[in-house]
Amino acid sequence: MKFLAIDLNHPAHYLTVGPVSVSYGNLVMIALVVALFVVALVLPFPSHSDDDERSHK
Amino acid sequence: MSSKKMWTTRVRESTLERFEPKDLLPDVQPAYVASWIYIFGVATIAAFVMLVASGLVLTFEGPAWWHTSSIGHFYNSIHLWSVELFFVFMVVHLWGKFWMAAWRGRRWMTWITGVISFFASIVTGFTGYLIQTNFDSQWIATQAKDSFNSVGIGAYFNALNTGQAMLIHVSLLPLVLGGLVVWHVILVRRKGVVPPIEAGGSE
Repeated sequence: MKFLAIDLNHPAHYLTVGPVSVSYGNLVMIALVVALFVVALVLPFPSHSDDDERSHK
Repeated sequence: MSSKKMWTTRVRESTLERFEPKDLLPDVQPAYVASWIYIFGVATIAAFVMLVASGLVLTFEGPAWWHTSSIGHFYNSIHLWSVELFFVFMVVHLWGKFWMAAWRGRRWMTWITGVISFFASIVTGFTGYLIQTNFDSQWIATQAKDSFNSVGIGAYFNALNTGQAMLIHVSLLPLVLGGLVVWHVILVRRKGVVPPIEAGGSE
C-alpha cells in the first residue's frame, strides 16, 4: 500500500474499558466530531453590520 | 356546472395554501440563524449531492474501473469521503437539533423525517460497504449475515447476495433517502427554522 501515509497492514489498536471497546481510529473520529460540535457553538459567525436588523420572517 | 370543486382545484388550492413560494424560497432568515450550528443541515445536503454525483459515475463505470484505474480510484475516494463528511455533518446537525429540542412548535414531523433519514442513511451506508467488491466487503457481509440471521431477517435480506445489495444501494435507497430529504427540507421551510430555547417560541 505505497499510497498510504500510515501503515494499515495490521489489526487495529483498541482501547478497552470494562465492557466498552473502541478502536483508536474510531475514538479519534468521535473526538473530532465532538470538537466540531463545540467549535460550531462557540465560534462567532461572520456577519455584515446590517444582519442585526434582520427580522423574523 | 355544480358549485362543488373539482379534485384538481382542491389539490391546487390546498397545495398553494400549504406551500407558499415565499416560505419555500425565503430571502430573509431570523437573526438567530447566523450561527455555525445552523449550517450543518445544508452541509449534509451538500455532501449528499456529492454522494449522488460520484455514485452516478461509479454506477456507469462499474467495479472493475474503480478498482483498477487511477481516475476510478479518484471517484471511489470522492464517494468515500463524501459519505464520511455526510455522516459527520449529519451527526453534528442531529446533536444541535436535539439540544435545541427542534421538535418544538409543531415541528415533530420535521424531527421524525430527520430520524427516518438517519436510519435510511445507515442502511444505505451499509449496503455501500457490501458492494465495494473487495475483501473488506466480504468480511462485512459474512459478519453481518450472522447478525441478520440471529434477528430473523436473513430470509428477506441476505448480506452475502452482492447483486441484491447492489440494486438496493444504487436504485432503491437513493430514491428513498432523496425523497425523505426533500420532505424534511420542505417541512423546515413550512414551519421555519426552530428558534433557540432561550429565544422562546411555542412548546
